[in-house]
Amino acid sequence: MSTTIIFTVVSLSLLGLLLAVVLYFVAQKFKVEEDPRIDIVEALMPGANCGGCGQAGCRAFAEACTKAENLDNLYCPVGGNPVMQKIAGALGFEVAEKAPMVAVVRCAGSCDKRPKTNVYDGAASCAIMSALYPGDTGCKYGCLGKGDCTNACNFGAISMDPVSGLPVVDDEKCTACGACVKACPKGVIELRNKGPKSRRVFVSCINKDKGGVARKACTAACIGCGKCAKTCPFGAITVENNVAYIDFNKCKLCTKCVAECPTGAIHAVNFPPRPPKPAAAPAAPAAAPAEKAPAAAPAEKAPAAAPAEKAPAAAPAEKTQVAVPVAEKKEA
Amino acid sequence: MKTFSLGGVHPADNKISCDAAIENFPIPETAYISMSQHLGAPAEPIVAVGDKVKVGQLIANASGFISAPVHSSVSGTVKAIDTIKDLAGNPCKAVVITVEGDEWVETIDRSDAIVKEIKLDSKEIIAKIQECGVVGLGGATFPTNVKLSPPPGKKAEFLIINAAECEPYLTSDYRVLVEMPEQVLIGASIMMKALNVTQGFIGIEENKPKAIEILNKYASAYPQIKVVVLKKKYPQGGEKQLIDAVVGRRVPSKGLPIDTGAVVQNVGTALAVYEAVQKNKPLFEGILTVTGQCSNVQKNYKHRVGTPISKIIEVTGGIPESAAKVISGGPMMGKAMANLDAPTLKGSSSVLYLTEEQTKRKEESNCIRCGKCVSACPMGLEPYLLNKLSKVARWDDAEAHFIYDCIECGCCQFTCPAYIPLLDSIRFGKAKVMGIMRSRPKK
Amino acid sequence: MKKLLVSPSPHIHGKENTRNLMRDVIIALLPAVAVSIYYFGFSAIKLVLVGVISCMLVEFLIQKFLLKGKCTICDCSAALTGVLLALNLPPNSPWWLMVIGAIVAIGVAKMTFGGLGQNLFNPALVGRVFLLVSFPVLMTDWTAPASFFGASLDAASGATPLALVKEAVAAGTPVSEIFAQNPSLSYSQLLFARVGSAGEVSAIALLLGFVYLLVRRVIKPHITLSIWATVFVFSGILWLCNPDQFTDPIFNLLTGGMLLGSIFMATDYVTSPMSEKGMIIFGAGIGIITILIREFGAYPEGISFAILIMNATVPLINMYVKPKRFAKEAK
Repeated sequence: MSTTIIFTVVSLSLLGLLLAVVLYFVAQKFKVEEDPRIDIVEALMPGANCGGCGQAGCRAFAEACTKAENLDNLYCPVGGNPVMQKIAGALGFEVAEKAPMVAVVRCAGSCDKRPKTNVYDGAASCAIMSALYPGDTGCKYGCLGKGDCTNACNFGAISMDPVSGLPVVDDEKCTACGACVKACPKGVIELRNKGPKSRRVFVSCINKDKGGVARKACTAACIGCGKCAKTCPFGAITVENNVAYIDFNKCKLCTKCVAECPTGAIHAVNFPPRPPKPAAAPAAPAAAPAEKAPAAAPAEKAPAAAPAEKAPAAAPAEKTQVAVPVAEKKEA
Repeated sequence: MKTFSLGGVHPADNKISCDAAIENFPIPETAYISMSQHLGAPAEPIVAVGDKVKVGQLIANASGFISAPVHSSVSGTVKAIDTIKDLAGNPCKAVVITVEGDEWVETIDRSDAIVKEIKLDSKEIIAKIQECGVVGLGGATFPTNVKLSPPPGKKAEFLIINAAECEPYLTSDYRVLVEMPEQVLIGASIMMKALNVTQGFIGIEENKPKAIEILNKYASAYPQIKVVVLKKKYPQGGEKQLIDAVVGRRVPSKGLPIDTGAVVQNVGTALAVYEAVQKNKPLFEGILTVTGQCSNVQKNYKHRVGTPISKIIEVTGGIPESAAKVISGGPMMGKAMANLDAPTLKGSSSVLYLTEEQTKRKEESNCIRCGKCVSACPMGLEPYLLNKLSKVARWDDAEAHFIYDCIECGCCQFTCPAYIPLLDSIRFGKAKVMGIMRSRPKK
Repeated sequence: MKKLLVSPSPHIHGKENTRNLMRDVIIALLPAVAVSIYYFGFSAIKLVLVGVISCMLVEFLIQKFLLKGKCTICDCSAALTGVLLALNLPPNSPWWLMVIGAIVAIGVAKMTFGGLGQNLFNPALVGRVFLLVSFPVLMTDWTAPASFFGASLDAASGATPLALVKEAVAAGTPVSEIFAQNPSLSYSQLLFARVGSAGEVSAIALLLGFVYLLVRRVIKPHITLSIWATVFVFSGILWLCNPDQFTDPIFNLLTGGMLLGSIFMATDYVTSPMSEKGMIIFGAGIGIITILIREFGAYPEGISFAILIMNATVPLINMYVKPKRFAKEAK
């Protein structure tokens, strides 16, 4: 009995040893020589494997970094500047600071503003829907609302708002990897500068139809009237193909254009609420930070004290994207 | 009885409008004649705003090899050359004509006499067909003259007239066969002469006994043309399936029907060819079925191309109360209309109303891997797999599983017990893969 | 104005759906259920009811509280598993055995993989095999089919034909002698009433179900016929080699779970191949493994194991055995 046990133990141990030796030599023989810095760089990366950098994944990016002459064309949007600094440090490169970006949905055609003209009944995919026809509303440019962008997002940063039928980006979670931009067949989503304190101004419409046609399809459409371009003191706004565009590199966030837009197509987000105007204000939520914001303090009508009184102090991250309905009185 | 060899489904026939004789649809007040009525490049308008045009007058030239000229279907004044929306809502160029009277171009023979003698030779016939803007009326609207001119190195052996009309509901081809069998047979003879072939077949499904009887009666005078009765099965009218069913040859993958020596033309095309060659009448009219269980009327109309569909709906008593979807074409491959103001085209074959119960898609559930889509696929593909591959964008794998062979007949989706929209994603994937394949450098 | 529906084609759908298909399979099983009720009375009714209810309940609870998905019991697939499992148990099994079987079948074999359509193995068979290896005594306690509504408590127990033969062969008795000694092995008994699990009592009832499934086009005949052909040929060869040790092919086809398995279990959509060629290979594999287990293995019956083993090969078969294409590329 005991000899059997001993025999078993010994033979199995020998077998294990033998295999270990074989494995060792095999591993030596078939070893792949790799730049050890790849591992170092990869360890610094976020590991999301999202492909937002344009490479196949984090390891491919790390490999590209080690091979590159400089890091000018390589940028990990997920890790952002801190990660790029670390990588540069590890590899002995210099990198220029890049402004953080965020995905912005440039369509405000919610169900009430952009009435449906027919009912789509096919597979729930924007790509398939857009291959079939221009869409279920009068606007052939806007969001189709089937959520390809939310499916493309690896970070859970974009979700469909069931009420408006439009995607909503969570600034905190968004890494600006650009997956949603690629996924949207209508090109509604754009990567824009995140802006100081996440404050930014953009035209939330890409409708290239003539003003009347666009307006008929959607009350929130940019009608290409050009008022904003005339108002802008910095020449940041251009109107092309009946639609205005704000160059985020030139925009100084004065928000003058927001008040000027007759359809409310220009959105200013994360600004402190304006001084209360009758009826328009109650919706203006409490999300904006209460502190004074020199960069954004509009020149004319925003007494710096007002927001401090009105807005409650706590304004944490969850509700970051809040459009300030400035132009509402002009709707009437 | 013959039929094609792989797959297929049996949707209910529903040829409700089969006994309605063809009526002339009233000429509209305004005609919107689209420049994109055929496969290929849109035609180039040659008229200007304010011009007076007659019925049958050339108003747009073909703008390439695969393109077709467009003729006016009405007489009147050109009101505008504008961008209109087609039935899906996509913009397309059109000549808008305000109708004044009904004055035809003098060269068109408007008599009812049947002209049997074919005077033109092969080249002249093809030129005439091109001139008259004849396109395939089976659905794809491929220019007929191109199809009748086999590429160098390929030789046509026979002509097959597609009278299968396997789509449920549609009866326009059936009515043409019943009412104008001689014209169709002469049209077929003309095309055989153009192709320089001596063998012709008319493939027809068994569910049209009256048409078969009439055809057999008249075909006895045309010994070169044989009527082939086929078992009823969808998609018999698919070009590849029809060739397989009638002569037992299979079009190779990525190949053309001509690779088997066959040229397939639709019944409506045969009639259009007859009218073009024998009567000098360009293609500006079409036969269109207005049908559906919930439809107010069951009609087969001869319409002028460019009649707004809303006009047809208006004349037939408006959209029926219970209709939920209006389809141009059959229920298996037709297009759902998003824009009812779109005009009819040369290839328009129906205005089909379906109720919500008939057409609304049921909620999708898990694939139970029953393999019914595989059995139903007439091309021998694996739709369940192609669907998955398309969804995860694995285009190389989709190509390795021959997604480009798909003929988009819809059998897989029709048969799927889990209501999975298989064809939606396969069609999308096919377009992607075809794009990738085209972008590759040719060897 | 009315908003029209717009979708890509096709705009119509066939009448078949998952629920109808599952319901048809249950209907096809009804003759077998009726026969087992005829012979075993109340205990058979109890077995089927407990099976159906417990399977549906397990699926409902898992879907609701664990997966938090929508309720899927309406597709009848859980009910079908319940009926199949009940028909696979000895007719006098206690109700709790059935419940354990249901928990394993639905909970482990089906829902862990993601529910209907995702499972690799046939749930009812996993349940049965689990019970067979966990409760070998209960699972081989066969009641002989008595007369109408046979007494359920003091019924005579007996051995299944396969077990009977296997034991006797092991003891050295030639097969022909075994048959001569046991009138219960006559063909009439095998066709109409034999010892076995609740569902396999009558071969005729099962064949009736097979015909129904074929007529309704629920299944294709490929898998079943392929199993039968392989079993017939393979066991025929063995029988011709040594008729004293091996049983004849007809006996092999009619006994044990062969019919129930080949008609209802092997043809399960989820766990069988997609293409016709694949189905034939799949069936042939089941046939060979069944006979190997029956003739050379420790168990008298092998089709459950054979089907489960072949289930594991289905993804492979699907990957390598492709349906016939319409036409290849031109040369």
